[in-house]
Amino acid sequence: MPRLPKLPAPPLPAPFVEPPPRPGEANGKGGVLEGAQEAGITVVDWVDERTSLSGGVRWMLFRKVPKGTNWFYTLGSATLFAFLSQAVTGVFLAMYYRPDAAGGAYESIRHVTNEVFLGQFVRGMHKWGSSVMVVLVFLHMGRTFIWGAYKYPRELNWVIGVVLLILTLVMSFTGYLLPFDQRAYWATIVGVNINGTGPLIGPYLSDFLRGGGEFGATTLSRFYAIHMLLIPGLLIALIGAHLYLVAKLGTTAPPWREPKQEPELLEAEV
Amino acid sequence: MPDKHAKSSKYTADRNIPGAFEGETVTRRRFMTGTAHTAGAIAAGAFTLPALGFALGPIFKNSPHHWETVGTVNSFSEDNYSAVVVTLTPGVGEAGKTTVYVRKFNPALDTDPYDRESRFIAISSRCAHLGCPVRWVDAAERFICPCHGGVYDLLGRRVGGPPARPLDRFYTRVVGEDVQVGPRFSVNSELRRFSPRDPGEPLDGIGQYLYPSRPSEQKL
Repeated sequence: MPRLPKLPAPPLPAPFVEPPPRPGEANGKGGVLEGAQEAGITVVDWVDERTSLSGGVRWMLFRKVPKGTNWFYTLGSATLFAFLSQAVTGVFLAMYYRPDAAGGAYESIRHVTNEVFLGQFVRGMHKWGSSVMVVLVFLHMGRTFIWGAYKYPRELNWVIGVVLLILTLVMSFTGYLLPFDQRAYWATIVGVNINGTGPLIGPYLSDFLRGGGEFGATTLSRFYAIHMLLIPGLLIALIGAHLYLVAKLGTTAPPWREPKQEPELLEAEV
Repeated sequence: MPDKHAKSSKYTADRNIPGAFEGETVTRRRFMTGTAHTAGAIAAGAFTLPALGFALGPIFKNSPHHWETVGTVNSFSEDNYSAVVVTLTPGVGEAGKTTVYVRKFNPALDTDPYDRESRFIAISSRCAHLGCPVRWVDAAERFICPCHGGVYDLLGRRVGGPPARPLDRFYTRVVGEDVQVGPRFSVNSELRRFSPRDPGEPLDGIGQYLYPSRPSEQKL
């Protein structure tokens, strides 16, 4: 027996009809929490509608990674976090530091270490963090080398990485002078003179670093400017390029994973 | 299909570019692009070049010779060194000072022809290896460097360790009764005078050409 068509419900009188939810309104009656969530989504939507940033974020973060990806793949991120830690602690140390070779530099570091609240901690983070960063850079580089992850098409990323390594070491070198104690002073004298032993351009390089023929009034401020403005700017730009290429090219599978080939595909090729 | 690499006419009119003038070889679009690039390059150069010159300027700065009194004629002996402290760079406190070892000229020791005219010998404490401060050790009659083990004899010539040349010296002069120490000069292993070089830069053989002196600081 065929089913009879269902009759439409009789129309409700106007006072009983609930108005439809307005756009942007959660199902009508939300709590404070839901309201806050809605506000957040609205702000993100507002920005995204005008910049299309979410596509870029999705492209950067939601990538396919090969099977066998393991903890060794986090060494790059670890280096990045070491850099961020250096950047944040460095900015706050710069609020107290005075690049004054006549004694002010040493005095300001002494003040940070002994008198400022958490000063010893923040300075310690920066001081030991620099060694951590260098160690992580080398581990990251070793992982890339042993995995063979520098090969086509990732050679450019290796080259950028080597430049980043050199810049990291320049940061270590220029930062070493800033406490301006005996160790910092003589280590910098020796370091600058090692630069000077390069034939032909060596003497000019050490003159550039010192800002003249002798360790002078501008040497410390020069090292300070290189340490906190020149090299960090280059580092940030090159880290951006490094990450862009990682997202663009993807990561490599570990070398012990054989590329798996479908048998039917092989037959079809033959 | 037209050949992309075929040589086209240099006249815009021949290439059917709209609005071309007779005899015109550069399109107005190309001209405007070039003008914009040139203007941008001039603007960028206007702040880059002065900044670069500002950073490199101190290297070429000519500082006047600076003489400092370190004692009287009778305060130095002929056969042993006295340590005196002179200021190389004023305005930076202790960081601008250095120790200089001074003794009277001794005809029995200083037989090298280049020392004849000076009445006092002033030897720099800056090690010729990498610039650490050497110390005169009286008992051993040697200058000894604490960093990497450079050893020098009474005349500042290397007798052991890694230094590339003898210890630098300073010009000395006598004004009235005062002994003054002046600008620095470097010496090679025969104690021949050279314009001052940084540590680690040999002066024997090809070294003096591989490590040029700075034009602003020459030997007297």
